[in-house]
Amino acid sequence: MITPIELSIFSAIAFAIPILFVIVIGNSRRLLICISFSVSALASLINVAAGIMAVSNGEAQHLILPLGLPALPFHLRLDELSGFFLVVVGLLSFFVSIYSIGYVSGLATGKPVKRLIVFYNIFIAAMFMVCLADDALFFLVAWEVMAAASYFLVMFEDEHSENRRAAYLYMVMAHIGAVLILLSFGVLAGVTTGFESFTGYTFDAMREANIPPKWAAVAFLLSFCGFAAKAGVIPFHVWLPEAHPVAPSNVSALMSGVMLKTAIYGIIRITFDIIRVFPWWWGTMVLVLGLISAVMGVLYALMQHDLKKLLAYHSVENIGIILIGIGLSMIFTSFRLPLMAALALLAGLYHTINHAMFKGLLFMGAGAVLHATHERNMDEMGGLIHQMPWTSAFFLVGCISISALPPFNGFVSEWLTFQAFLLSPSLPIPMMKLLIPLGAAVLALTGALAAACFVKVFGVIFLGNWRGHHHHAAVEAGWSMRIGMALASLTCLCLGVLPAIVLNWMDVISEKLANTKLISSSGVYGWMWLTPVDPERASYSGPLVLIGIVAVCTITYLLLHVKPGMISRVPVWDCGFQKLTSRMQYNAVSFSMPFRRIFGYLFDIKEQIRLSPQQRHTAFPVKSNYYLRIRDRFWGWIYRPVIDRVVLLSRKAGLLQHGRIHVYLIYSFLTIIVLLALL
Amino acid sequence: MNLQLLAQINSFLAALVLLTAFAMLSQRKINSLVTLFAWQGLFLSINTAVVGFVAAKHHLYISSLLTLSIKVILLPYILHVLIVRLKIRKEMETIMNIPTTMLIGIALVIFSYHLTAPVREMSTLITRSTLAVALATVMIGLLMMITRKHAVTQIIGFLAMENGLFFAATSATYGMPLVVELGVALDVLIAAFIFGIFFFHISTTFDSLSVEQMESLREDN
Repeated sequence: MITPIELSIFSAIAFAIPILFVIVIGNSRRLLICISFSVSALASLINVAAGIMAVSNGEAQHLILPLGLPALPFHLRLDELSGFFLVVVGLLSFFVSIYSIGYVSGLATGKPVKRLIVFYNIFIAAMFMVCLADDALFFLVAWEVMAAASYFLVMFEDEHSENRRAAYLYMVMAHIGAVLILLSFGVLAGVTTGFESFTGYTFDAMREANIPPKWAAVAFLLSFCGFAAKAGVIPFHVWLPEAHPVAPSNVSALMSGVMLKTAIYGIIRITFDIIRVFPWWWGTMVLVLGLISAVMGVLYALMQHDLKKLLAYHSVENIGIILIGIGLSMIFTSFRLPLMAALALLAGLYHTINHAMFKGLLFMGAGAVLHATHERNMDEMGGLIHQMPWTSAFFLVGCISISALPPFNGFVSEWLTFQAFLLSPSLPIPMMKLLIPLGAAVLALTGALAAACFVKVFGVIFLGNWRGHHHHAAVEAGWSMRIGMALASLTCLCLGVLPAIVLNWMDVISEKLANTKLISSSGVYGWMWLTPVDPERASYSGPLVLIGIVAVCTITYLLLHVKPGMISRVPVWDCGFQKLTSRMQYNAVSFSMPFRRIFGYLFDIKEQIRLSPQQRHTAFPVKSNYYLRIRDRFWGWIYRPVIDRVVLLSRKAGLLQHGRIHVYLIYSFLTIIVLLALL
Repeated sequence: MNLQLLAQINSFLAALVLLTAFAMLSQRKINSLVTLFAWQGLFLSINTAVVGFVAAKHHLYISSLLTLSIKVILLPYILHVLIVRLKIRKEMETIMNIPTTMLIGIALVIFSYHLTAPVREMSTLITRSTLAVALATVMIGLLMMITRKHAVTQIIGFLAMENGLFFAATSATYGMPLVVELGVALDVLIAAFIFGIFFFHISTTFDSLSVEQMESLREDN
């Protein structure tokens, strides 16, 4: 019988097969795309199986690879947490790989498809390896391979300077993060062995070590900042809205859906598994940053009219929500309230898998729309529901899920997070009692704003009439793209309807990390009722809600359609103005206007209405132009000053370089003299 | 022969090496510079043989012969061929005038003696007093590289530095292991060949061997 960890390794090696195909059958493009993405899908599916087995078995498996540096081999470990993230990564890569068959075939012929296939596979394999790594060395190797592969994927269309800039920004942020993580591991490994040998580099050694609180805090802060740079927590979020829009949509689905989650994995691994004992301010910090990211992310998203940029900002929001769960869990853990810690942790993890599914689905949908319209600006779209009925249905599923509405999955995890919030009055510190209701309110606001945002997205893209200047004949996405989206939608539904089963399966993680099981369902119909704390307090039944919704919809439909003539179509009332055009519809900018008025102070907004050349008199303008520019304030607050300083310093350092050999020789001569004189 | 005499011969040769170093520092004509370099190599070679005799280390005879063949015969010959091929005839310009350079050289010698004073007290070797000279030769070689504008003179400065290092090795520890010395000798030879090839390229690209021309390679900012 093959063990899960071996299965996982083999499937990771299987990702090399498509790379071989690129070399062997690189010439026939269509065949290459079909075969290689099928193999990637299969390998991902095997990883899902390995992950499910690992979580169900409930015991950790170790493996030492004879690779790596001399005397420092690579350690691998598949425990429940790794298994869970294998499932998350594998499930979405499976869907996206199926989707990619159609998506990549549809790309213009001049695009470097081979490069895309090679880096796509390296990228997914590296994500699996990050989840399996059990020593600092292998973790960082896998982490950097993942970053480098995704950099090349972001650079896919490198003929535009905008894309190169986005990829560069991504690379810089990824490296800052990696350096911080490296330092954090250095601190942990050093403290483990008293800064004397390298043997502390395995996670096992770090787990057993007794880390002094000060060093633990240093390690935690470093690693948290490093992982936050990858996850896109505010204020490290600047690369997301740049990099996600320019990557091909299947890659953005993976980057946003699962790559950000590897950072969440890292945070949980370091805090709950390696350091384990921590003061309450760590959790508070994570919670506050999560709240800020959630609310700011959704507000930024509301302001966008570029579809993929909007989705990228929503990733910031959802990472925030996940961090809220994790932060709450950390607070509860440090006050020794294991049951609540387990609840909050599971809420965070459940939102992790949910976000992977619906954000992957939404990016796939965005890719299908992009494919059909060649347009990213939502204000140039409209009425696509008629041409693309399937895509719009799947996209709607994604919209409902991300807006946290039942019966889909987003609702369940946010509901669990609220349950965790509602339990917080048992905390002993008054400040926390004050902070946490506020946090719950912010989370509620976030949910409402996200719903508003997706009303805008769906309404502007799929409803109404075509708003754009040039009308493309949009066609429905191909079968493989539809299958990919359908599977993701189905998973969203299942995760929303049967949360009790999933949570029971995941419970072993909370048992290991928070030291207690969360018995989340009870009674005979356990799979039907989700009762995270106890049945009297709160319960949710996905199946019943689904049945209710389906029943109401069916009855409404029947009532409206059973008698002919109940629905009549009449011309739109044009307010007496006779020339209604499709440009007069509500669009993304006008929809978000109220939010700009209320939350405008949070952004750097420049709004202008210019009346252009009058013919006779100012009272009779011929044409008016509306100009709107919204900028991230964080760029001006943090990033621009840093960049300015760096440029200034490098200019100063550049003065040393004259290009004269003599001067360089004098530098070394003086250095030698000074060193000799000093020593 | 008694040790006292040998120590004096050693000191005398050290003085000659230093003298040639100063002569090179002040010499403007490139042909004379190469001759002086050959003389320095000769003194070095004799010194190595003497030290080998004193310390009864027979491998030093081999390195003495090696020095003789490479630094006295082969390298000056290569440099000579280079000078003839590249048609270098005029006097070499310097950045600083010669007297100032000489003064700096003297300061460097004093500095070296000051620096090696603690070593002289602790060491028991008969060659200990020549360590300062070796260090001074290295620094004067570097000074020559700094003050000359012409690429060939810079190379001679570099080789003079190498001479100084070799001298330091023989005087401080009775020479390096033979393997290391063979390696170093080969390196110097190869370096000379590479420099020769570069000079041809530089002179065809810039029409001159003055390193100041290379300033135009700098990125403008």
